[in-house]
Amino acid sequence: MNTRVVLVDDHSLFRSGVRAELGRQFDLVGEADDVQPAIDLISSVLPDVVLLDVHMPGGGGQAVIEAVKPAYPQVRFLALSASDAPEDVIAVIRAGARGYVTKTISTAELADAIRRVADGDAVFSHRLAGFVLDAFSSGAVSDVSKPSFDPELDQLTTREREVLRLIAQGYTYKEIAKELFISVKTVETHVSSVLRKLQLSTRHQLTRWAAERHL
Amino acid sequence: MTRRRRRHDPFRVHQPPNGQLCRDPAQRIAGGVAAGLAAWKGYNVTTVRIVFVLIAVVTSGTGVALYVGAWLFLPAAGQDGSIARKAREDAMGIALAIGLAVLLTLVLLVGGVFDDSWLATWAWPQVFSVAALTLIWRNAPTEEQSSLKRMVEPLEAAAGASGNKLSVTRIVLAGVLLIAGVTWLASDKKEIALLRPLGAVGLVIAAIVLLLGPWWLRIGRDLVEERQARIRLQERAEVASRVHDSVLQTLALIQRQADDPQKVIALARVQERELRDVLFGGPKPAGTVASALRDVQQDVEARYGVQVEMVTVGDCNMTESAGALVAAAREATVNAAKWSGVTVISLFAEIEADVASVVVRDRGKGFDPSSVPADRRGVAESIRGRMTRFGGTAVITSAIGEGTKVTLTMPRP
Repeated sequence: MNTRVVLVDDHSLFRSGVRAELGRQFDLVGEADDVQPAIDLISSVLPDVVLLDVHMPGGGGQAVIEAVKPAYPQVRFLALSASDAPEDVIAVIRAGARGYVTKTISTAELADAIRRVADGDAVFSHRLAGFVLDAFSSGAVSDVSKPSFDPELDQLTTREREVLRLIAQGYTYKEIAKELFISVKTVETHVSSVLRKLQLSTRHQLTRWAAERHL
Repeated sequence: MTRRRRRHDPFRVHQPPNGQLCRDPAQRIAGGVAAGLAAWKGYNVTTVRIVFVLIAVVTSGTGVALYVGAWLFLPAAGQDGSIARKAREDAMGIALAIGLAVLLTLVLLVGGVFDDSWLATWAWPQVFSVAALTLIWRNAPTEEQSSLKRMVEPLEAAAGASGNKLSVTRIVLAGVLLIAGVTWLASDKKEIALLRPLGAVGLVIAAIVLLLGPWWLRIGRDLVEERQARIRLQERAEVASRVHDSVLQTLALIQRQADDPQKVIALARVQERELRDVLFGGPKPAGTVASALRDVQQDVEARYGVQVEMVTVGDCNMTESAGALVAAAREATVNAAKWSGVTVISLFAEIEADVASVVVRDRGKGFDPSSVPADRRGVAESIRGRMTRFGGTAVITSAIGEGTKVTLTMPRP
């Protein structure tokens, strides 16, 4: 069965572009141009993957995820954005998106990212990988005043770090697997694990890191 | 003409009035003379204003005349001529000013006859002030007229322009207080003579506050609002000029070069980055490794029409060794742009506590390191040489058809 995709973006030009490029590979079951219509649409058609713009007039993609996720946890979100402001990216990832890519991504890569997200894996753009490395290495995720119950969450393993570095250098998962002599599945596991840490580790510090980095 | 240019050129509006003395309408309460003087000499505006008021009181009004004169004859910042120059052509205004001055003089002369000269001496400067203000009124730009209008507002209010019940009560009450105070001052009953300075002056002050208080409040509020509006306007002008200089120019260029996709992409990319800098906090502070690498990225993109996808993790200040690292990274990036045959190059930098590293990678042609042509060996050596001189390393890996990867590592002091 084809992956069912909903496209949420307030730029009709961008939507029609994606429709033309991905229409053959995926089952595009609906489009929305703002937060509330998106929530209604997603709740009624229950797609596999939602391609979600981070910035929309009626609120961010974050609002859509927060409204839909509790009721329909099976719907997966891939965030798309034209900006690389870390606070936006971190916010939408922490809300529950499985991945983040920039709008300059090529069609093939976007299709690949959708498939990966549909399979339950995580997708990091090279810039997001850089943000994550920065956040974890600058100690932004470890809150000294309020140590987390699971210190594992506050740091990356050496392997995860290596994988993120290669993503930041523009490697594909396949190239990473080859470079590190591991399987693609293992690469995916590492990335998903990083995503989990990003979503669960001490919240407030990470948000503050993103805000500071923005400035 | 002058005004039109000011409105369309945002950099002229907030040009600091340095070098020569001129009025600063952006900071004005009345004519901006105090603000202009403060900016000229680098004093505090408030101090200058207080000194002005003191001078005006001590010289019993001559200071006011001087101020008005300065308003009339000093050009405003960003404008070419003073109000006086414009007023020369305003025959009607001059006639009006002279007429008013003559009228006032007559009144004062008559007054001076009854009261030996007290009224007259302290009012002579006012004759000049009133005449000058008339000229300013007629010839100042609209925005300055508004502050004049504010100053005569209480006269209108006193003339009964507002039928508001509250203000009528206020004026009546103020009148009663004023009369009481003045009577008390003038009375020569021995019993209250001691209290007279304190009580009577208090009454007069209370009357003045009651009469003018709301007006002062409004002036304060208006000034704040006006200033905010002006700031908003300036900001908008700045954004507009920025958009004009960058986005519109680029769009025009793109239209002209629509048949050259490579150039269009390069233009769009440069523009995108510029806009991003404006929208998301601008470039990071200069003088750090990340900012130096950003320069490399922009240069290479502009010069070779490739895309350099850069990710930096951490940052540190430039040192000699960091400079060598950046220079080597530039070499590697330029190489990739020139030889790889692909349009996307990735540049990754990570600055850790003890080591800074840069990886430049492309997915292009690649080469066989064992049979490097002489011209490329030289380049490789220049990269390696820069790094080893400061104790760093450069590892170049490549294979035909699989692209090239240059890994630079520099220990941090």
